[in-house]
Amino acid sequence: MTAPAYPHRHLLGIEPLEASHIQAVLDTAEALREVLDRPIKKVPALRGKTVVNLFYEASTRTRASFEIAEKVLSADSLSIATSTSSVQKGETLLDTAKNLEAMNPDMIVLRHSASGAAHFLARHCRSAIVNAGDGAHEHPTQALLDALTLRQRKGRLEGLRVAIVGDVLHSRVARSNLWLLTKMGAKVTLCAPPTLMPPGIETLAPTTSRIEEAVEGADAIMMLRIQQERMTGGYFPTLREYHARFGLTEERVRLAKKDVLILHPGPMNRGVEIASEVADGPYSVILDQVTNGVAVRMAVLYLLLGGAEAA
Amino acid sequence: MAPPAPFRERQELMDADRLSRTLSRMAHEILERHPDIRGTVLVGVRTRGVPLARRLAARMKEASGFEPPVGALDITLYRDDLTTVGPQPVLKGTDIPTSIDGRTVVLVDDVLFTGRTVRAALDELIDFGRPARIELAVLVDRGHRELPIHAVLLLERVAGPRPRTPARKRRRRR
Amino acid sequence: MTDRLLLKGGRVIDPGRSVDADLDLLLVDGEVAELETRVAARGAEVIDVSGLVVCPGFIDLHTHLRQPGREDKETIATGTRAAAAGGFTAVCAMPNTEPVNDQAGITRAILEAAAREGAVRVWPIGAITRGSKGEELAEYGDMREAGCVAVSDDGRPVASARMMRRALEYAKGFDLTVIDHCEEPTLAQGASMNEGAVATMLGLRGAPGAGEAIMVERDVLLAELTGGKLHIAHASTAASVDAVRRGKARGVRVTAEATPQHLLLTDELVRTSEYDTSTKMNPPLRAEEDRQGLIQGLRDGAVDCIATDHAPHTVDDKKVEYDAAAFGVVGLETAVALCLDRLVAAGLISLGRLIELLSTRPAAILGLPGGTLAPGAAADVTVLDLSRRHKVDPARFHSKSRNTPFGGWTLKGAPALTIVGGRVAWGHGR
Repeated sequence: MTAPAYPHRHLLGIEPLEASHIQAVLDTAEALREVLDRPIKKVPALRGKTVVNLFYEASTRTRASFEIAEKVLSADSLSIATSTSSVQKGETLLDTAKNLEAMNPDMIVLRHSASGAAHFLARHCRSAIVNAGDGAHEHPTQALLDALTLRQRKGRLEGLRVAIVGDVLHSRVARSNLWLLTKMGAKVTLCAPPTLMPPGIETLAPTTSRIEEAVEGADAIMMLRIQQERMTGGYFPTLREYHARFGLTEERVRLAKKDVLILHPGPMNRGVEIASEVADGPYSVILDQVTNGVAVRMAVLYLLLGGAEAA
Repeated sequence: MAPPAPFRERQELMDADRLSRTLSRMAHEILERHPDIRGTVLVGVRTRGVPLARRLAARMKEASGFEPPVGALDITLYRDDLTTVGPQPVLKGTDIPTSIDGRTVVLVDDVLFTGRTVRAALDELIDFGRPARIELAVLVDRGHRELPIHAVLLLERVAGPRPRTPARKRRRRR
Repeated sequence: MTDRLLLKGGRVIDPGRSVDADLDLLLVDGEVAELETRVAARGAEVIDVSGLVVCPGFIDLHTHLRQPGREDKETIATGTRAAAAGGFTAVCAMPNTEPVNDQAGITRAILEAAAREGAVRVWPIGAITRGSKGEELAEYGDMREAGCVAVSDDGRPVASARMMRRALEYAKGFDLTVIDHCEEPTLAQGASMNEGAVATMLGLRGAPGAGEAIMVERDVLLAELTGGKLHIAHASTAASVDAVRRGKARGVRVTAEATPQHLLLTDELVRTSEYDTSTKMNPPLRAEEDRQGLIQGLRDGAVDCIATDHAPHTVDDKKVEYDAAAFGVVGLETAVALCLDRLVAAGLISLGRLIELLSTRPAAILGLPGGTLAPGAAADVTVLDLSRRHKVDPARFHSKSRNTPFGGWTLKGAPALTIVGGRVAWGHGR
């Protein structure tokens, strides 16, 4: 028997994965993408498997994407969002998970505001755990779908120059993308006002507070969302100055390669981190990202739930 | 780790020359059965059925001047043992280049054995549309069918050992 | 009837009096009676301690006994049993109970419970401010008279420099030491670990080490200004140790403690343990440079003593998401063994220095009885077995709580016998 291409029981983050594991997810997603173009978008692969989507933070996109992936693969799925669950009655994450376990789900997809929440569930539950975003830690499926999009458009990841720009401090997307791209041989530059650059990150990738420097010669620019409350938190003085100094404008895009791709995990703040002309410009790959999002999540479901249970 | 497969003597069923001749014969047979060649689609079952389907299509072009479209079917997602096999099988992807609605689909594979692969392939094909007819072309029939399936176009019949599926698993499927 | 206990054949180390020799120790009626090469039993109970090390009883300057108010986490009975089993003959009880020990009545209640149920001596520490709210001074005079040995708002740093100044000044009048938990609150806001590369990778909010050092610097300057006695609780950064070192060089009355967890672990453990909440404490586990700075402090005297910051918590307080988990680890039952194995056996400090750090200095800092085996001193004795190997098993703790990052560690060297007031409070295998 050959070693499995993705030898982990969970997907808790990109950081513990090896390049070959990332490759396996991307290749599987590529093979599965075709299912989404069929007249009948459903295959029986995961019939009889149960998946619970446990979302403690609002997230239309990620949740919808997981739900579609589950349905396409014929898994039985159940979504629980904070507003409708007993979370507000003071039930702890552990209690909720233990109650769900009585239903014996094969997988729990967790979105939570606390970093490490997915690790916590993995430690205390029997189900396979997929991290759909935990605090400022990781959002692995977002990074995988970004990578799939980049690979489709550029034919490779190795050697690509990628700028990640914006609120790196609070961004799990930035962390997952940084791990993934670095492991796959891309050259990442991080850009943020120094107040939004997490301490010690320079040990992982070059950093700059000049956006011009970051985007120069870039094959791709990943923009991170700026949350309005960061301004009141004292990280920068005004949204106006943020846009003026760190926003992605047409002029700045011109410093990048001609065929630069611009990725944004959404939802965008036009006129803050990104100018409208850029958001609506020819570099946008937003629609690809939606399809790839479903394909990547199908791949993760398939790799974690297809095949016999790991011993 | 699964125990190593019991040693079995290799049996050469067909040399290159013979394969080439029989493919030509098969191509002609398809053309005879389906004079409206433009309504025919060849679909190879991954992995070995795909190059066979391609060669078959080339022979059909030689004989008729028209090369029918060739598709590739990865039946992994339709396998009835997907969640009991060892690690996840690697997905190669399905590619059906044209609509199969109302057409004749010739499903091509190298070996017909238990019939389970063909069952999965039929289910998958039908999710792509409603073909007028589906036929099955294989090089070798090893016998020991577990499902009511037979090939229309067949080149060799070979008596071989029974499938190695553990009895426990087969019972579960019933 | 008199209580007579003779410890025979041990190696006696009393750093305060530069004693390190094979001697017999006779304890009579709660006091050290004789320390000689050979002491005749003369009707005393004899314990053969040959092959073991006999030292003045260990004193923990920093224990959370949780009683009154949080008896679900620990009680005076269970906490002092844990202390005895860990080789401590006395513990100083931090005042952040519910209610806070900010008045004589509460101090007396603690002492009464300790007299009734305590396995070792309990020295209460009173609050610096009422309710530890940082607003008004607590009644130091009354608390001193009731039995408090120091004041501290541990867990709630004294944010106002003016309040700290008043505390240092006022405490002088009652010869009380002010123990400060140094943490600049705005820099530590929302943090659950040390700020740095590890926190960044884990996506956890970090408290910078500078937030501690700022307050240590401030407190040292205020101690210098007022002439008050200052003790820095659980120093965790190299910069804090340095601030104390410079203060001492100027003659400021400042002392400092470090905990085994900060001496032995770094923030890297939060990552390798995958968010195990038993690595969450305040101050947080710091970087390797800080850990080295603390060890340097032990060696050169900038750090005066080792204290546990024994902080018991229930499973429910810890078995939650990292951000939501309570700060703190238990330490009474692991501290001595950890120090023997990882500091002494590792060659970082001598055995004599360790005994100084755990007994002589803590007694001197707060002026407590003990810390010496001079005839006439309190008969508080800790006996160590340097060769006993054991595995840390939290399930066998005497403490009510199990929140330790050291579970499963194999250690060489452990307490063998704890004697309080001339009576055996705990003995290995007894």
